[in-house]
Amino acid sequence: MQAVNTPIQENEKLNANTNEAERKPSGAEQMNDSAAKVGKTVGKPFAKHPKMTMRNVDVFYGDKQAIHDVSLDIGKNEVVAMIGPSGCGKSTFLRCLNRMNDTIEICKVSGEIKLEELDVYHPKQDVVPLRARVGIVFQKPNPFPKSIYDNVAYGPRIHGLVERKTDLDEIVENSLRRASLWEEVKDRLHAPGTGLSGGQQQRLCIARTIAVSPEVILMDEPCSALDPIATAKIEELITELSEKFTIAIVTHSMQQAARVSHRTAYFHMGKLVEVNDTKRVFTNPEHELTEAYITGRFG
Amino acid sequence: MDFSQIFMVMAATIAMTFFLGRFRALKLGQAAGGRKSLNSLPAYYGSLMAMWCGIPCFILLALWMAFDDVIISQAIMQELPQAVLALPDSERGLIFNMISNIAENGARAGAEPYMVTAAERLQSLRETSQLILIACLASLFLIIMVVIWARMSAQTRARVQVENGFKWLLLICASIAIFTTAGIVFSVLFESIRFFQSVPITEFLFGMEWSPQMAIRSDQVGGSGAFGAVPLFAGTLLISLIAMIIAVPAGLMAAIYLSEYARPAVRSTVKPLLEVLAGIPTVVYGFFAALTVAPFIRDTGGLIGLSVSSESALAAGLVMGIMIIPFVSSLSDDVINAVPQSLRDGAYGLGATRSETIKQVVIPAALPGIVGGILLAVSRAIGETMIVVMAAGLAANLTANPLDSVTTVTVQIVTLLVGDQEFNSPKTLSAFALGLMLFTITLVLNYIALLVVKKYREQYE
Repeated sequence: MQAVNTPIQENEKLNANTNEAERKPSGAEQMNDSAAKVGKTVGKPFAKHPKMTMRNVDVFYGDKQAIHDVSLDIGKNEVVAMIGPSGCGKSTFLRCLNRMNDTIEICKVSGEIKLEELDVYHPKQDVVPLRARVGIVFQKPNPFPKSIYDNVAYGPRIHGLVERKTDLDEIVENSLRRASLWEEVKDRLHAPGTGLSGGQQQRLCIARTIAVSPEVILMDEPCSALDPIATAKIEELITELSEKFTIAIVTHSMQQAARVSHRTAYFHMGKLVEVNDTKRVFTNPEHELTEAYITGRFG
Repeated sequence: MDFSQIFMVMAATIAMTFFLGRFRALKLGQAAGGRKSLNSLPAYYGSLMAMWCGIPCFILLALWMAFDDVIISQAIMQELPQAVLALPDSERGLIFNMISNIAENGARAGAEPYMVTAAERLQSLRETSQLILIACLASLFLIIMVVIWARMSAQTRARVQVENGFKWLLLICASIAIFTTAGIVFSVLFESIRFFQSVPITEFLFGMEWSPQMAIRSDQVGGSGAFGAVPLFAGTLLISLIAMIIAVPAGLMAAIYLSEYARPAVRSTVKPLLEVLAGIPTVVYGFFAALTVAPFIRDTGGLIGLSVSSESALAAGLVMGIMIIPFVSSLSDDVINAVPQSLRDGAYGLGATRSETIKQVVIPAALPGIVGGILLAVSRAIGETMIVVMAAGLAANLTANPLDSVTTVTVQIVTLLVGDQEFNSPKTLSAFALGLMLFTITLVLNYIALLVVKKYREQYE
């Protein structure tokens, strides 16, 4: 239930902020004024070899519009970071990419989202194969209450990817190695996954996701519940993973976006303001709102 | 004035001391330079005063009420004529009852002169006792109040003391249940020991025949009793098993539907409706079982050529199963809802379908709570009496055939204790032994439930 409410609550929070802004001038006031300044997306929203293409995406929670007309490409083997103030809709947008928003009844998505030639929101599209191709890692590590082995083996099992136990063992080992967790857990594969530390749990969740061999991995603030050392490990991992996978990552840490991503998308109150090469966004942003955000004038 | 009046006057007086204490604190505060210089809020000083004045007075009153009658009646009995004192205990008790009757309602025909004298003496003793009590209470109260008044200062840590007093109050409330349980256990235990003096414990535990008759005369026909509890426990087990076969799948699946599939509107209507089942008196289930289900089963059995007795374990078990569905479903629904959404998201994110997520992630995570709910339902099924009395019969058959009539432990306890019984015959005492066994079994079940829950508790966090 919590996950159902969160985006709406965030919206309300945002509204509360804008109301407050009338009384005292603050960063929030600037943000409120700025809503008018968001025009067409500036920068380079499109990629040469797109893996996922989103065109004119609108998302509604009931009557509230959370995403306004967003168009964006995620290129093959590219890492795209999505940044922006709380409640700006970046998580909502990310969750549209593998239809995780389906669990929220009042959520309606319009526009076009494509994974290569596959229409993600086609009425006849089954979410099971879609999610096998577009995996997701959540903000809070959420290992299943099962052993480390079973956590990683879960995806291959439900998709029937393997026929023999030895194949499964191999997938589990490879996934754990790729999530750079193997050395730490190889002697206790049958211990519960919930017994690991927070950072290890998150790497376990990443291993679990890549065990299905998806093409795209979505990461929803994967490091916000972790300490700096665990964060560094995951960031290193993201860079390695980008050799094989396409990654979209939502983050609140601008340093993180700067470290791991190729392109950065700045969201503001449900609109996509600017997409540019990461270096450009953090050194010479095109849009004044992006500049205001990265220099800490609001958010 | 009787005790309840004394009690009420005392309670009112003590409530007054709250304001007295508060007043005193405010004065102290003024003298020390404003309320801020007080250690605690003025209300705490009031509560402190009321607490210290109240507790000793109530303890005194309680002790007095407990021992006053005993002491007075002792004194009266000693003054009775020698001839009366020589009588046996039970007759002396009767005489004392007559005396107190006279004291309360005046003399009646048939009262001996010595009784009238004793009654007057009783009356005066009671009045004196009450006067002494009131004097004691008043002086105790005043002394304490003055002492506290004098000792109260701005530095008195009233809040800490009141908080401590509150803690003790809570502790006392918590121990009431424990002491009651202990009391029940001991009363059952002692009677059971008396039973085991006449019937060996091995016969009770392993005997295959139950026919609780005791010969009143030694030459009576059919007077030899058999106290083998195995058929009763077998019957209990059989009926509980049937009930669980009905209740566990139905309850669990209802819970899964309600928590995972149903829309909020459906859920908020269906869940209370399901819980209404738990509110139906068991006697109503009982006649439903006896008048509707049992004949139906017998007739259906007859159609396919089975001989079904009109009171069958199956009928009782079926209806009992329906009765405990809400126990399983309601508790399971709560624990399934408590499984964090993040776990479901994790499974969905890997491409699991809804039913895969439920089977492989949600149910395992909710397992401890579900097991707890099921064990609660088992305890309920084992302890259930009314349905079985009406639908399963009284015949202590040792059988595994659900179409036969069987009986359960609780039903036998009821039949043993209903009506006029001699309280020293093994027949009656066997009820306590059965109760003790039942209590032990339920306790063991609860313990197992605790172990299960403990083992799996840290599964998700």
